Amino acid sequence: MRRFRVGRWLPPAALIAVLLCCWEVAVRVFAVPAYILPPPSSIVRAFGEVRPLLGEHIATTGTEALVGIAIGALAGVTLAVAVWAVPWFRRLTYPLLVASQTIPMVVLAPLLVLWFGFGLTPKIVVVALIALFPVAISTAQGLAGADDEQIDLLRSMGAQRRDILRLVLIPSATPAFFSGLRIASAYAIAGAVIGEWVGASSGLGLFLTRSQASFRVDRVFVGVAVIVVLSVALFGAVDLLARLAAPWQHAQRTRRKERT
Amino acid sequence: MITVEGLTHRFGDVAVLDNLSLHIGAGQFGGLVGPSGCGKSTLLKILAGLLVPDGGEARIDGSSVVGRPGRTAYMPQRDLLLAWRRTLGNATVGAEIAGVPRQEAQARARRLLGRFGLDGFEHAWPAELSGGMRQRLALLRTFLCGHDVLLLDEPFGALDAITRRDMHAWLQQVLADDPRTVLLVTHDVEEALLLADTVIVLSERPARIVKELPVEFEWPRRTGLVTSSGFIQAKATLLEALETGRS
Repeated sequence: MRRFRVGRWLPPAALIAVLLCCWEVAVRVFAVPAYILPPPSSIVRAFGEVRPLLGEHIATTGTEALVGIAIGALAGVTLAVAVWAVPWFRRLTYPLLVASQTIPMVVLAPLLVLWFGFGLTPKIVVVALIALFPVAISTAQGLAGADDEQIDLLRSMGAQRRDILRLVLIPSATPAFFSGLRIASAYAIAGAVIGEWVGASSGLGLFLTRSQASFRVDRVFVGVAVIVVLSVALFGAVDLLARLAAPWQHAQRTRRKERT
Repeated sequence: MITVEGLTHRFGDVAVLDNLSLHIGAGQFGGLVGPSGCGKSTLLKILAGLLVPDGGEARIDGSSVVGRPGRTAYMPQRDLLLAWRRTLGNATVGAEIAGVPRQEAQARARRLLGRFGLDGFEHAWPAELSGGMRQRLALLRTFLCGHDVLLLDEPFGALDAITRRDMHAWLQQVLADDPRTVLLVTHDVEEALLLADTVIVLSERPARIVKELPVEFEWPRRTGLVTSSGFIQAKATLLEALETGRS
């Protein structure tokens, strides 16, 4: 396992601290009104005020993100397997899949609310749509990258389809699947927030729109900070999962380091 | 026992095998030498049951293996270790496919680890092994397939000269302890002479047999043998046969 080293985290933490100090000083020196840019100190104060409210919003957005990612990943893997196994299906769906990614989510989100109502569903759909693309593309690539000679070798040992699936195809595609999931996890929270922006009864998106409507810019910043922290945590969790699911990858990395 | 009769195969317009026949007796070590692309690997793939020839028959111990994998232990040139399995997992993959219980397969593999120079590495990932170790692990996997007939396709081709010489001495020991019928494909005439009971020289494609040379040096054959006059003479004969097969 990679050890947690203070040295790795110290420089970025120091940079953030310096930037926050500059921000605080600049706002005070130039007497910027709080409704335009509040100083970090009042954002911290605002965080104290709204803390009792945040738990519910975080739970809502978190649920949407997790369920959305799970559905998106499942659909992505299914699509990847179909694309990999049936060549004409690949030619049929690839352009469509790529085109679907060019539609801005902010445009799609109101339509989804129209179709699925104000509940969790439209938000989950947004997250699932965001997660689907990277997972499908990388998993398909992982499956296609499986070593044909390895498959031949196992066939010479008398392996059946299911043996080859278990021994070669799934392990070959696992690291690729997780690189797709990592990208998906970075955008999932933001995706859920976009879904909530259009209309919601709970969630960080609602918290943000309310704060904005009441000119509480300090609370908007609190919301943004929470989104960042949640996204980073989700990304870290997926990264940890990837290490657990594909431990051999780490062995290769250490080995490469030893060689150089 | 390996029997090949009238084997014929084409890839598109290219005739790779044309009416090829050969025989390797039980417990014998056959060395197959020929120019690259002459169809040696094709022959091995047919014997492994991976490739169905256009014509002819390939038998292992009397029964046909055409289109029937799972009767021989095949080892291609690349080690093809599964990066996601540790040493023991890679060694036992053949046994696992054959349905041998994991415990039993692993116990068998553990007993052979020392012999294959992998002691203490049973839980290493392939990425953590050296080139020679990877190749020995691939051979261990081949041995543990549980078949008498080993088909080795340039198993030491990717190794450096020193490691390769070590492997030659080592393979002789392993086979002395656990005799098998072997068909070794190589482009290295010395390797064939060091390891085989019979060396078969193939022509350019379509492959036909140019020469079949019985090798009668005493076992175990040490590296020093390479400079003896008898060895040099045998080598000259084989090189000449290779040359004949090219024109």
